[in-house]
This record gives sequence, structure tokens and C-alpha cells, in this order.
Amino acid sequence: MELVGVIFTGIGVLFLLLGNFGILRLPDVYNRIQAGTKCTTFGTFFTIIGIGIIQPEWFWKCLLIAVFVLVTNPISSHAIARASKKIGVPLCDRSVVDQTKEFVEREET
Amino acid sequence: MSETIMVVFLGLISVGILLSLIRMFIGPTASDRAVAVDTITTTIVGMLVILAFVFQRYIYLDVSLVYSLLAFVGLCAIARFLERGF
Repeated sequence: MELVGVIFTGIGVLFLLLGNFGILRLPDVYNRIQAGTKCTTFGTFFTIIGIGIIQPEWFWKCLLIAVFVLVTNPISSHAIARASKKIGVPLCDRSVVDQTKEFVEREET
Repeated sequence: MSETIMVVFLGLISVGILLSLIRMFIGPTASDRAVAVDTITTTIVGMLVILAFVFQRYIYLDVSLVYSLLAFVGLCAIARFLERGF
């Protein structure tokens, strides 16, 4: 049981490390939001569940924290993405399509 | 045995937080810095749970829960400030 918990925590820590690396590496605010939110949500979920498996008397509290992170993290990142789109942070040069542009034009007409 | 592995995991998470801190210092716009702070706080929630296991303190789980709640409220406030000012 302890081995399963350590493996879960290892998967979570790997995803946390890769998410933080993506924050440094990717070229654009929106790409960074994607890397940061997806990888850290998954990584935190697996880290906390792994600790809960190692210590079974802590499991329900760990599940509470994990579900809380799983619910609130997309909301805050969506708020930041919406705010940075509204104040006009540009996309990077290599991006191919921007589907919000025609939506904004349709809203204004 | 598993405590030693957890200390190694704490070191790996600290390296990740350093990478995000670099982005927080060089980020061109305010949104970049807000995203970096979001990632750092979510990472620290996982780090606090590992610290609770290493030190065998149940109270650190409560600290982690309150930390994630405050990070959520703070980031919503930052997003609202970016969108329309105070």
C-alpha cells in the first residue's frame, strides 16, 4: 500500500515539475495558462491522493483538499484568461487561429 | 524509507518553484506574473501536504486547505483588478 502511495506521489511531483517548466518555456500568456493550470491541477491531485493512500487515517481530509483544488483552480485561471483577453494581451507570433476575434466582431455589430 | 523519498520529492518541487519564480521576475505583462503566482500557489499546496507527511503533523493539512482558499480569493481579486481596475 505504501508503494502505491509513493508511486502516486511521484507521478504528481513529475507533473508539478513539468507544469512549472512549461510556465518558463511557453511563448504566450494563454499557452502558459494552459500549462500551468492543467499540469498543476493534475499533479496536486495525485500528490495529495498519494499521501492519503500512505496514511489511511488522513484520507478523507486529503480528498477534501484535492477536490477543493480541482474545483477552484480552473475558475481562477479562467478569470485570469478572460481578464487578459479583455485588456488585449497579444497572442504570440506563431499562433495560427484566433477564434475569439470573429466572436468579438459579431458581438459589436 | 518513504520519508527519504518524500524529501527528494520536496527538492524536485522546489526546483519547479524556482523556474516559475524566474518567469515571475521576467514576465513581460502583468498577466504573466499573475499566472506564475497561480502556479506557485497551487504547487505550494501540494508541497504543504508532503511536509505534513514528513513532519507527521495533521495540522498542516488545515494550513494547506486555508492556503488554497486564500489563493483562490486573491487570484479572483487580481483578475478583477486587471479587467476593470478598482
